[in-house]
Amino acid sequence: MNPYAIRTHDLSKEYNGEAILKKINLQLERGRIHAIIGPSGVGKSVLLRLLNLLEEPTSGEIHFDGRALKENDRLELQRRMTLVFQKPVLFNTSVYENVAYGLKVRKENRRSILEKVRKALEVVDLKNYEHKRARNLSGGEKQRVAIAQAMVLEPEILFLDEPTSDLDPRNVAIIEELIKYINEEFKITVVIATHNMFQAKRLAHEATFLFGGRIIESGKAQEIFTKPKDRRVLRFIEGKMIF
Amino acid sequence: MDYILAGLKEALQLLLSFDRETYTIIFLSLRISGTAVLLASCLGIPLGALVGLHRFPGRGVITTILNTCFALPTVVVGLFIYLFLSHRGPLGMLGLLYTPGAMIIAQTILATPIIGALSLVAVKSVDPAITKSAISLGATRIQTTLAVLREARVAILAALIVGFGRVITEIGAAMIVGGNIKGTTRVMSTAIALETGKGKFELALALGIILLTIAFLINAGLYYLQRIRE
Amino acid sequence: MKKKIFLLGFIFIMVFTLGCKRKVSHLILATTTSVENSGLLNTLITSFEKEAKVKVDVIACGTGKAIRLAENGDCDLILVHDPEAEKRFVREGYGIDRRSIMYNDFVIVGPRDDPAKIKGIRGVIPALSAITHKKASFISRGDDSGTHKRERMLWERAGLIPEGEWYQETGQGMGPTLIIASQKRAYSLTDRATYLSYKKKITLDILYEKDKLLYNPYSIILVNPERHAHINYKRGIEFIDFLISDKGKRIIREFGKEKFGEPLFHPIGE
Repeated sequence: MNPYAIRTHDLSKEYNGEAILKKINLQLERGRIHAIIGPSGVGKSVLLRLLNLLEEPTSGEIHFDGRALKENDRLELQRRMTLVFQKPVLFNTSVYENVAYGLKVRKENRRSILEKVRKALEVVDLKNYEHKRARNLSGGEKQRVAIAQAMVLEPEILFLDEPTSDLDPRNVAIIEELIKYINEEFKITVVIATHNMFQAKRLAHEATFLFGGRIIESGKAQEIFTKPKDRRVLRFIEGKMIF
Repeated sequence: MDYILAGLKEALQLLLSFDRETYTIIFLSLRISGTAVLLASCLGIPLGALVGLHRFPGRGVITTILNTCFALPTVVVGLFIYLFLSHRGPLGMLGLLYTPGAMIIAQTILATPIIGALSLVAVKSVDPAITKSAISLGATRIQTTLAVLREARVAILAALIVGFGRVITEIGAAMIVGGNIKGTTRVMSTAIALETGKGKFELALALGIILLTIAFLINAGLYYLQRIRE
Repeated sequence: MKKKIFLLGFIFIMVFTLGCKRKVSHLILATTTSVENSGLLNTLITSFEKEAKVKVDVIACGTGKAIRLAENGDCDLILVHDPEAEKRFVREGYGIDRRSIMYNDFVIVGPRDDPAKIKGIRGVIPALSAITHKKASFISRGDDSGTHKRERMLWERAGLIPEGEWYQETGQGMGPTLIIASQKRAYSLTDRATYLSYKKKITLDILYEKDKLLYNPYSIILVNPERHAHINYKRGIEFIDFLISDKGKRIIREFGKEKFGEPLFHPIGE
């Protein structure tokens, strides 16, 4: 198995002629928590959507397991990874149905769906929520359902787009614990996009700073947070530049 | 005034005594219009989803056609189907004229654009993020469409009810292609017209009451469904 | 689960649509509203169905439409009352075995106070002239039915062109037309049978009757199987034979006697 789950080569994306991402070269090592850090509107969400194959890059390539993407593999690859959106939109059904959805579209049998969903709901601490309507939950609960929805699929890669941006501190803590747990317990590669430096510090093994559509610095989280090379990163870490 | 009351009283008597002719007409109506709505939803819902969720050339044209057919005069549909099903017409050999089958065809044609157009509006009103969620969770194209339809289910159910309301009360096409044959193609709407013409207001009133009751029950059911969904 | 529901739905639809196909043992009879609305046809058919084990489906429309349906092969038999059109229909090869089976007569009905004073006038032509002269309201079927055709023939004979606000066409069957005429306090031409069966629901009296121009014979004609191979010829003949049998004649003669005090139709060939 290739040590890198995903590598990108000069990945670029334009919207209406405006460059959002410019020649992104990323290497995402398996089994690690990667943080993509940068101010809002810098293209973090776009990058995640490109990696999850929800959108097409304007140019550049994405390699999975060291192989370039082929059109035929799209669905199969997409099913090996999952993206939790910044503001998750849940289906207007029960919590159980929401979490089971990804398994159902994979046509798993009912028994194993039931088992996996129960387990996932336990992990996100929503054990007795099975029959509640997803739309009636609080923001934090919704976010946890969305994570359970993704986790239950046992993806190789889990993308999280600003998973705690609108939440209260208690829910932030719960969700951060959850992310660590998922990564350690299931060996899932996690890619988290965040503008919150403290969150990145708490969670990430690897960090990539995105600024102006380019990667300005990338490497081991510890090293970057202690001895940043780039001036902008330093200012950010010192809290002088608020994203 | 008292002859209206007398009519109402006799109407209730007909219903409560389970008058065979009355109930034959009621069940025939429900059977024909129910089948037609079922068929029309098999055509209309996929059509609405296709036009509402995908971009392709001719999309605007289809939308316009659907909206035009919304107001399709029932007698015109009846006439066209008569011309096709008549023994002189291209489909005469099927022997469907003056059978419930012919009425089902006519009502399907009437209900499909309604169900299609309303389904279109229904899927369009679903949050586009649902599509992205479904894809990200590994759904295929068809599964994604089904997920969107599931989100829009209450509105689609309402579309079916509007379609059902249109065909069960429709009279022009039913009269022309069904022929209002007693026991075979006499449905509530044509029977009401006939009995009113005959001056027998009791049966007409009885059937009118049934039509209203059905409409009420369906709407009450819909309201209840919406309530428990929220 | 969903697949099963789908499959069930599909089978359900197939059974219904295919099950709706007409079986051979059905006869389709297109006829005028006057015969159907009076209830005579229902009595005749109930009796016939018991013997013959055939179901007769009745489509009630005007004579003109019944003939059109027959020309298109959309029915097996017609029971109509427009001798001229009937003869043409047979002459052109659309129909065979035309039999006049019964008659009644047309009458002119109108409001009790008889504004055009046609009561007592001798002859239907002068009666119509009086109505025209007075511009008294007259309601016509206007639907190309046998009654409507007869009415037009009478206006023609009288050399009159009925026009103006006093003359209105309903485009509906005899029954509805009588109800409208009653509501509008207008004159109208109707067959006696429909008038008698509606008498209680309307406030119109017979104001003119008994002219040989008002004789109203009904004929049954079989659609020519040489033109339309699917015509149920054998069963059709059986039905005609039943109508002209003693039993059929008795039903026609007796029908309505009890309820209206006089028969609505008279069998021909007593």
